[in-house]
Amino acid sequence: MMTTMHTLVALVEDHPGVLNRVASLFRRRGFNIESITVGKTETDGISRMTLVIDGATTQVEQVEKQLYKLIDVVKVSDITHDGIIARELALIKVRCNNLNRHEIVQLAQIFHAEIVDVTDTTLVVEAVGDEDRLESLLKVLRPYGIREIVRTGRVALARGVGSTSVDAEPAEIRQFHRREGRMPAKPLPFASD
Amino acid sequence: MRMNGAQILLESLVREGVEHIYGYPGGVVLPLYDRFPEFPKLHHVLVRHEQGAAHAADGYARASGKVGVCLATSGPGATNLVTGICTAWMDSVPLVALTGNVARNLLGRDGFQEADITGITLPITKHNYLVMKASDIAYTVREAFHIAGTGRKGPVLVDIPKDVFQEEAEFHWPETVSLRGYKPTMQGHAGQIRKAAKLIDEAQRPIIIAGQGVIASGGAPELRAFAEKAGIPVVTTFLGIGGFPQDHALSYGWMGMHGAFYANHATDKADVVIGIGNRFDDRAMGRFADFNPNAQIVHIDIDPAEIGKNFKTAVPIVGDVKTVLGALIEEVEPHTHVEWVRWIDEMRQEHPSFIVPQGSVMSVQYVISQLNEATRGDAVIVTGVGQHQMWTGQFFTFREPRQLITSGGLGTMGFEVPAALGAAMARPDKTVWSICGDAGFQMTSQELATIMDQRVPVKFAIMNNGFLGMVRQWQELFYDNNYVSVDTREALCQPDFVKLAEAYGMKAMRVTAKQDVRAAIDEAMAHPGPVLVDFHVEAEGNVWPMVPAGASLAETLDHPLTAGKFSKGAR
Ligand SMILES: Cc1ncc(C[n+]2csc(CCOP(=O)(O)OP(=O)(O)O)c2C)c(N)n1
Ligand SMILES: [Mg+2]
Repeated sequence: MMTTMHTLVALVEDHPGVLNRVASLFRRRGFNIESITVGKTETDGISRMTLVIDGATTQVEQVEKQLYKLIDVVKVSDITHDGIIARELALIKVRCNNLNRHEIVQLAQIFHAEIVDVTDTTLVVEAVGDEDRLESLLKVLRPYGIREIVRTGRVALARGVGSTSVDAEPAEIRQFHRREGRMPAKPLPFASD
Repeated sequence: MRMNGAQILLESLVREGVEHIYGYPGGVVLPLYDRFPEFPKLHHVLVRHEQGAAHAADGYARASGKVGVCLATSGPGATNLVTGICTAWMDSVPLVALTGNVARNLLGRDGFQEADITGITLPITKHNYLVMKASDIAYTVREAFHIAGTGRKGPVLVDIPKDVFQEEAEFHWPETVSLRGYKPTMQGHAGQIRKAAKLIDEAQRPIIIAGQGVIASGGAPELRAFAEKAGIPVVTTFLGIGGFPQDHALSYGWMGMHGAFYANHATDKADVVIGIGNRFDDRAMGRFADFNPNAQIVHIDIDPAEIGKNFKTAVPIVGDVKTVLGALIEEVEPHTHVEWVRWIDEMRQEHPSFIVPQGSVMSVQYVISQLNEATRGDAVIVTGVGQHQMWTGQFFTFREPRQLITSGGLGTMGFEVPAALGAAMARPDKTVWSICGDAGFQMTSQELATIMDQRVPVKFAIMNNGFLGMVRQWQELFYDNNYVSVDTREALCQPDFVKLAEAYGMKAMRVTAKQDVRAAIDEAMAHPGPVLVDFHVEAEGNVWPMVPAGASLAETLDHPLTAGKFSKGAR
């Protein structure tokens, strides 16, 4: 992995328009994103964004701080140096014929990739790995002719026992929010004032 | 209690302690206007253009320290607010902007007067909301005021579809606000404060740059105590004016593009620069790359993103200015930097920077000095944008926070009329002078009607130089005297401002001779209602000193009358 690439994790409220807010911020401040992925987390109502940013072209610290200013962003961490497990999934549609089909399947196996669809003239390879592994796989497949590629972008998790998560909203507070317009009388553990 | 969305919104505003709402009605907010009479505590001020509503709410907020509120209908009403919202955004002014939108089933279908105002204002609000249920209104309003008025303050927009105003729900007022993604840091880090104190104690030539954060946090008394104890000269940014009394022995005015020569040079020669509630922006600091290379920077600000944004910072302290200064005062040693202060004093003597032109010509500098004398510096001053704005900063002596109401970050011409309305409503105890540009005044002069409606005694002083003065100055200095589209009196139509004011029923006078200036000011102040004075001032005066665009503070051009005199280098 190139050393200038940073992996940021942003935990965000699962509200409409959050992705728009993040995208708008990046556009306005001229931050470049190499990749961004979004998905649900272990905490109800919190989504996790994994962002890959090139520190050579973008001030990563500013990205972190500006993200944190968004009200819907609960937590931002730069996990680049946390010894992370980073993975990306790719689906690759490769041209094939009766002569080379077997060869391609064998190549895929070397990369622990799976064949998930076969026709007379194409194969779909599903591969999971870090960017380097996917790039190497693509390099060996390219000579056969690639019809289509789709990649998810990086997701990452720190090794070890620590976790990048927020305290779960206690169930009764969550219910409070759900109940129409009502908020708890007692200050919340994370009340902001 | 069951209420409809309109009632819930209005009741919520009452709970927030809102007094005035600057607004303009239209189709989708009619269900809301229908309910206003039920809430006599809320005073609706009908403006004449929604931009005026936003600026009036902004002027009210800057003058009072409270959250200002404006209201507009969907589509064109909402988009007319945008300049005002952006003005507040750039200057971190607490504002809640309320807009109506088309009914929920029409959202996203380009119906009549639909505008995606939450999308449009995304980059110019601290946060915004599209409220999709009447039951969400109360806590959304609570959150909006909380976000607007705490931390680094700023505008928040709340957009409500028409049928949400009509929908019924139970009214619940939330006692607390729960936002896990928003917890402004108030207390500074103790270790960082000690580190800063050590650097400050050891400094030979320290200087304080005080920004608007001092005023916003209510930290002016702490700043004064800190500067006095540590014996540190203070310069402010343009928006920081009033955060430190300008007649104080340690005050060296304000720095920046048209700041004092000595303020700029002192900042450039300092060994420790203590930025307090400022954002080190280009208009204040000149060319970043060549800013004082020997300075170590201590930066205190509530917004972590401001720290290190433009400059490398030796000691960052994130926190509320008032709170952090309170702690820092305890840590620093008493000091007097006698030689350093004398060095700046000598520079100030040789380069007074702000010089009222002599002779019979009625200059803006002269008129503003007279306003300063006539009011004894005890007035709230609102300005437009341009030369008169810079001269107001230079020739009026500001001693208190919230005395100068001006659009710094966005530099919005037309701010002067509606912001004066808001400021006057916030400070009925004070004389409010709006120092206007003849061009800027025409951008929002329709609000004279609102000022007559509200019977607020704003005094307007139009600095009528017949030019887009600041643009003309640049064309003269940097575009070889090539005047293009700036001569608004001789070459183009300028209305008769006296007749214009009279058309609204406002008392008005014209002053064309220098000897009549003071009498006109006194007469205006003696009149109990609003007054407009059209001062026909020098047409082609230039604002000095000046840091040309893209130059560094060390390259500040002095006033031509004293340029070249200063010879002493820093030690
Ligand atoms: C809305 C807006 N449009 C354009 C500008 C650019 N601009 C800055 S100063 C200025 C001239 C202002 O003229 P006037 O109001 O007469 O003030 P003066 O400089 O003459 O004192 C202009 C056009 C601006 N700041 N705001
Ligand atoms: Mg002018």
